[in-house]
Amino acid sequence: MDLIVARPEGLYCAAGDFYIDPWRPVGHAVITHAHSDHARTGHGSYLAHINSEGILRSRLGDIKLQTLPYGETLERHGVRISLHPAGHVLGSAQVRVEHRGEVWVASGDYKTEADGTCTPFEPVPCDTFITESTFGLPIYRWPTQQALFAEINAWWQRNADEGRASVLLCYAFGKAQRILHGVDPAIGPIVVHGAVEPLNAVYRAAGVTLPETLRVTDPGVTPQLLKRALVLAPPSAQGTPWMRRFGNYSDAFASGWMQLRGTRRRRGVDRGFVMSDHADWPGLQSAIAGTGASRVMVTHGSVAVLVRWLTENGLQAEGFKTEYGDEDVSDQAAIAPQPEAPENPADEASA
Amino acid sequence: MKAFAALYRELDASTSSLAKQAALQRYLQTAPAADAAWAVYFLAGGKPRQLVPNKLLRLLAQEAAGLPEWLFDESYEAVGDLAETISLLLPPPTDQHDLGLATWVEEHLLPLRALGKADPDKLPDALRAQWRRLAPEERLVYFKLITGGFRVGVSRLQVTQALAAVGGIDTKRVAQRLMGYTHIAGQPSAADYAALIATETSGELNQKTSGQPYPFFLAHPFNVGIEQFDAVLGAPADWLVEWKWDGIRAQLVKRAGQVWLWSRGEELVTDRFPELASMGEALPDGTVLDGEVVVWREGKVQPFAELQKRIGRKTLGPKLLKDIPVVLLAYDLLEWQGRDQRAIPQAERRVLMDELVTQLQHPQLIASPMLTGQSWQDLARQREAARSMGVEGMMLKQRQAGYGVGRTKDVGTWWKWKIDPLSIDAVLIYAQRGHGRRASLYSDYTFAVWDGPAAQADRKLVPFAKAYSGLTDEEMGRVDAVIRKTTIESFGPVRSVKPTLVFELGFEGIARSSRHKSGIAVRFPRMLRWREDKPVEEADTLGTLAALLPS
Repeated sequence: MDLIVARPEGLYCAAGDFYIDPWRPVGHAVITHAHSDHARTGHGSYLAHINSEGILRSRLGDIKLQTLPYGETLERHGVRISLHPAGHVLGSAQVRVEHRGEVWVASGDYKTEADGTCTPFEPVPCDTFITESTFGLPIYRWPTQQALFAEINAWWQRNADEGRASVLLCYAFGKAQRILHGVDPAIGPIVVHGAVEPLNAVYRAAGVTLPETLRVTDPGVTPQLLKRALVLAPPSAQGTPWMRRFGNYSDAFASGWMQLRGTRRRRGVDRGFVMSDHADWPGLQSAIAGTGASRVMVTHGSVAVLVRWLTENGLQAEGFKTEYGDEDVSDQAAIAPQPEAPENPADEASA
Repeated sequence: MKAFAALYRELDASTSSLAKQAALQRYLQTAPAADAAWAVYFLAGGKPRQLVPNKLLRLLAQEAAGLPEWLFDESYEAVGDLAETISLLLPPPTDQHDLGLATWVEEHLLPLRALGKADPDKLPDALRAQWRRLAPEERLVYFKLITGGFRVGVSRLQVTQALAAVGGIDTKRVAQRLMGYTHIAGQPSAADYAALIATETSGELNQKTSGQPYPFFLAHPFNVGIEQFDAVLGAPADWLVEWKWDGIRAQLVKRAGQVWLWSRGEELVTDRFPELASMGEALPDGTVLDGEVVVWREGKVQPFAELQKRIGRKTLGPKLLKDIPVVLLAYDLLEWQGRDQRAIPQAERRVLMDELVTQLQHPQLIASPMLTGQSWQDLARQREAARSMGVEGMMLKQRQAGYGVGRTKDVGTWWKWKIDPLSIDAVLIYAQRGHGRRASLYSDYTFAVWDGPAAQADRKLVPFAKAYSGLTDEEMGRVDAVIRKTTIESFGPVRSVKPTLVFELGFEGIARSSRHKSGIAVRFPRMLRWREDKPVEEADTLGTLAALLPS
């Protein structure tokens, strides 16, 4: 029997009797990161990276949580469990599972390029690698961080020069902090939506340098100031009354899906910035190769495509059925803004 | 090329027409005239003949990207646009260039067509050498120029306005100068561009020899209830009423002993209709007629499908000309005795035109008959005959109207009062992903009706029409979700689905067809309504469809 199998509750390790990112209530859950489609409520006990603790506790309330730093090993029923950087968001981890000399690594969500806001992805040698495939098509190749931020800065600068606010829609947990960390704060003031600020606090507490951020309710945030401001808000804020205060603003959306003209135009914003916290196609290939695994299990995204591609390239590849954010959901989300603003800052799957 | 690619990006990125207008003007003011000439050509809708077969392009791109065919196809399915797919898949450039748009088009792109004919083996290397020099953002534009799908959300009118602003001249004058500019074999030069924005000359105001047509005056749809006609339009006596023909809108220009026939897509179609060209020769110099080209037999207009048989042919043999004869149903006179008549009232132009048609006595020139009625109700009754006559409804033209430019109302109005479409409730059985804005969404559907009544136990669904317009984005998103859940099988980009969705389909015409499985072909099918209230068993049958056929 395989060390990890797909069960209706989630990915399950029988030898250690625990699940990885289960989507139904289970006894013992190992959580790769705190995005809501991976960290759900109702499990008996939780194991996660130490940097995920703050967000998990604020989202899930009083849970039984054990934390580990990267690289430290814990043993459970003879199974050795350790967490390794996934480069996705703060506290995101790949789960390494070793039993009787066999090693499996479950990646959760990951990104291979370093972004300065979380520990960069590290390939972990293993026999079997469980990979995501959100952007599992060769059309997805991300611009470098440098090129990306040059574009965002140029857009913000031009808007500021012309006296209008730059509203950048992005997920509140991970993406927003990456933008804050990467933009040039000399261009103008930075204002964030109420869903974003609590997560900034978590990142700052973890030692990530972020520029000063303002809330629209802060004293001194005048219409005059907003005209030069960069405003970060979750996608759900698009089209809500909250946006009216920015007057004649320019809007943009930051997501890997913005790589395609079609999705960009469906979003109905002025600009689409290609920015994802998932691996692009070359990233998936290098991550898989980096593990040296001979067997690859593919989860959420372009499962069929990646399985066929890996098989044709001489690996043993299979699909794992999961209930994480998948391609279709993200496509749908791109058509119309969600009607309600998220109550909870981390209540959104990231793309 | 870099400046043009940047303009493309800017136009593509923005949803604001003001920002687009500003970007266009900025480009036109700074670009060398030779580059601007081509930029205007492409942005205004010009499309050179296919330069490279799409099949070859796909193959080379696939090879360069190191991908198997299936993965290229999967990528294309997700992107929904060939040029975009290729530009996303190619490896980074290994070389660079600083050539302008005109040099690229004239020295590199256009010669590909001749090279493909003369020495097809050299075509792959020529293409590879070209794209290796282009930066990623230039490649999208480059491949769009090759595949000919150059749509960037800028209308011809916006281009016209930008040119008028740059040249400091009247928009209508630019529109007139632009006629014929985007011809398929067009080779616009710096001088052509300069002429577009040049100060108006006296010769231009008295054009005796040019073959230029006038910008077409377009009609607006009229959708109010009959009880409001008097309030909105006034008395019928203030209007010229004609049938709305289903043919090709065209202007026949006769000047200095020469004849030009222009279609509304401003394509020169003189050669396609030799009998109209010879009729035009009988007209006096300085005459421009506006009307509809239709197939005419035994004193009756024939279905559009007949006209299509002529449009599609490369060579027009004597048999085809005899079997499918066309006439010009004229309804306006735009130039007479060398003078522009567009400012004089509609009714007066019509009197002049009728005199001309009567004097000429040519079988290929027929005055589109005028209809009269005591009241709008009376005309509405006459309009009921439209379907059996093979026309789309009526045209209402203000007697006092001048002949405007495009879809405007500033000098008077033309209304098209179309008959309600035929409609039928049909079942969605296949779905395919859309293109462009609808890439990745299942937005193109095939519809079927039952081949027998509900009582018949073994009845089947027979496909009869495809449609992809008529739904809101929100509805399309919901239909897309249902399609994904009810998929039976995928064949490439097409999915067959369990029949659960019923739509009311509207169409303009219906005819028997041996080429369709159902035996029936419909014209302009589109979705009028999603019948969420209707179970599939209650969808219509081939019988109901056949009952709509004209007798």
